[in-house]
Amino acid sequence: MQEIILAGFGGQGILSMGKFIAMSGLEENKNVSWLPSYGPEMRGGTANCNVIVAEEEVGSPIINKATAIIVMNQPSLEKFEDYLLPGGIAIIDSSLVPVMPKRADVSVYAIPATEMAYEMGNATFAGVILLGKLIEVTGVVSRESFEKALYKILPPKRHGMIPDEMKALEAGAKY
Amino acid sequence: MGERLLMKGNEVIAEAALRAGCRHYFGYPITPQTEVAHYMAKKMEQLGGTFVQAESEVAAINMVYGAASCGVRAMTSSSSPGISLKQEGISYSAGAELPMVIIDIVRCGPGLGGILPAQCDYFQMVKGGGHGDYSLPVLAPCSVQEMYELVVEAFNIADRYRNPVVIMGDGYLGQMMEAVTFRDEEPIYKADKSEWATTGSELKRDHHTVTSIYIEADVLEAHNNKLQRKYAEIKKNETRVEEFNCEGADVIVTAYGTVARIVKNVIKDAEKEGIKVGLIRPITLWPFPSESFEKYAGKCNDFLCVEMSAGQMIEDVKLAVNGRSAVHFYGRTGGNVPSQPEILEQIRRIMAEK
Amino acid sequence: MATVYQKPHALTGKPFHYCPGCTHGIIHRLVAEVLDELGIEGTTVGVASVGCTYNSYEYFNCDMVQAAHGRAPAVATGIRRSLPDRQVFTYQGDGDLAAIGTAEIVHAATRGEKITTIFVNNAIYGMTSGQMAPTTLVGQVTTTTPFGRKPELHGYPVRVCEMISTLEGAVYVERVAVNNVANVRKAKAAIKRAFKVQMAGLGFSIVEVLSICPTNWGMNPQKSLEWLEQNMMEHYPLGNFKGKDLEV
Repeated sequence: MQEIILAGFGGQGILSMGKFIAMSGLEENKNVSWLPSYGPEMRGGTANCNVIVAEEEVGSPIINKATAIIVMNQPSLEKFEDYLLPGGIAIIDSSLVPVMPKRADVSVYAIPATEMAYEMGNATFAGVILLGKLIEVTGVVSRESFEKALYKILPPKRHGMIPDEMKALEAGAKY
Repeated sequence: MGERLLMKGNEVIAEAALRAGCRHYFGYPITPQTEVAHYMAKKMEQLGGTFVQAESEVAAINMVYGAASCGVRAMTSSSSPGISLKQEGISYSAGAELPMVIIDIVRCGPGLGGILPAQCDYFQMVKGGGHGDYSLPVLAPCSVQEMYELVVEAFNIADRYRNPVVIMGDGYLGQMMEAVTFRDEEPIYKADKSEWATTGSELKRDHHTVTSIYIEADVLEAHNNKLQRKYAEIKKNETRVEEFNCEGADVIVTAYGTVARIVKNVIKDAEKEGIKVGLIRPITLWPFPSESFEKYAGKCNDFLCVEMSAGQMIEDVKLAVNGRSAVHFYGRTGGNVPSQPEILEQIRRIMAEK
Repeated sequence: MATVYQKPHALTGKPFHYCPGCTHGIIHRLVAEVLDELGIEGTTVGVASVGCTYNSYEYFNCDMVQAAHGRAPAVATGIRRSLPDRQVFTYQGDGDLAAIGTAEIVHAATRGEKITTIFVNNAIYGMTSGQMAPTTLVGQVTTTTPFGRKPELHGYPVRVCEMISTLEGAVYVERVAVNNVANVRKAKAAIKRAFKVQMAGLGFSIVEVLSICPTNWGMNPQKSLEWLEQNMMEHYPLGNFKGKDLEV
């Protein structure tokens, strides 16, 4: 069972990133849950979501101990670092998070995702770059399922972007 | 069975209602249930149904009252403060015996409170809320799949007994996404409403009246007695509960909705410490599954009621246990959710006191 | 022998419970005559409200739904949206429509709901024994304005037709009175026209009927009619506010 917390600022696509993972899990016929933080603001502020992908039935959709976290700002790291299980995985956008985790019992993957995304010509790819690393190190879902999930979730007018999204995923995985 | 889809609880509520044949939805925006209205607005226009964004919660429930009077399947949805406003119409609908479905995606109160999830409106929905001696079946799903199944069931119960039925879920259930599989065809109870619905007499029958007013004491009492007989029938036939791991349990935890799922994780944690924890999950909050508690009261010495409230369902638990076992309580409010470690700690404490 | 006058079919024949001199009976009859003449009793659903006419469902022969105080236009909306081929009317008093139900009437009108509202304005709460209504005139004595309605304390009387006629969804708005034979005839013509507007699917229609309440006004019926003519008609001028030239 993979219990993943994704967190960052509103507008970074945190909730969509979680949705991509949940949908990919569904593609593999696994049990999934996606639980967003929801607040009064439509934009801005902090955003996070809890995503569980499991072979077994999902009990609580609220993550108590995370197998992995993806963080895209400093406050999120500070808030969710302690949620990680010993040996858990922290994937961090180092373009936006200057101070790395204090814990020594977790695996840290610092990726300058936002800078890489700018270099690839699309700032919105930062999330997918981080997801590439998540998929690579946890095996939570396969890249094939992820691609299928993108086609299902994104509106047809954005399907043209999917090959580039997959390249970003690849870049994240290899970093 | 169709394919597994990833959907939000609120969207599933709307889709389930449509599948149950509901083509009349009246609502007013309020977080955290607004997606129900978004979904309905789109689908009703495509399906040629009715979606009205009412001027108020008060108007919305009265529009449902009007539509239900005509015999169609009608629904409204809201969250706690909005439900408070609807209480007048709910009481009238119960009095006039109108089948309808009311969705309450509960947020934390009192007052404007907050928009985070809560279960602090158990009293409001289960014990009344509006004026008068009436009861409403209150169904409490704990997953997106169950949300779908219970919404369909809610329309059937409403039609079977000519009574409003409530779906009560916390904000998390409305906001979360899970896999849902829809049936190819829904089990729809087809009620004959031709004896009472106000659809126009065509001058072929006596005129029908939908009303909740009975000025004469004896007439109103007879009406009330009839309602009570109906409620007794609902209690007999429609009580729903999930019992898990209760036989020989050291502690039986009772919780509904999202909290019940947290408890399921706690059961595994406790097992590792050699503690056997059972779960009684009421699926109908009214009628309350008292028999499940009666069955284990006196056998299991400790019950623990966990709620996202300051303690509301616990009153029904205590009535059912009736002094034969200790009933403990753990609750969080304000949008906080009782966590796995917190609940486990409560269980450890109970075990230490044994 | 030729029948020159009989009970309209759309009335049940149950004797009215209204006070002596009350004009609700006349207005009920006018609505019923219109239902008969348009041949729509069997396709009409009426909505009773809260006030003296709470049980008008006992008098009208068409299907009737009783609504909570002020909510008749919302209930009517639900009915009309469920029965697109039927006619729906609400029968409401001034407290019901212009105080507790202001939001409902304004929004039913602004949505252009295809319903007809019969609004009976007698400038007082009748059923609850003579309290100030939103339409109570300045200076008028009621049980809650014992020294007369004072604008500085109680505000001003609401002109419903003038307000509703500003809304695009309201297509037919007329104020009538039932104080004499000629006006009763005009009132009936207006009610008939309002139903025709609904049947043509044009939008919301309302007929405000200036009415008397001898019991709570503390006057005999004749004096009440004079008071209506001398006081109410000045603040609430009769006439059409909207939809005079609609072809129906």
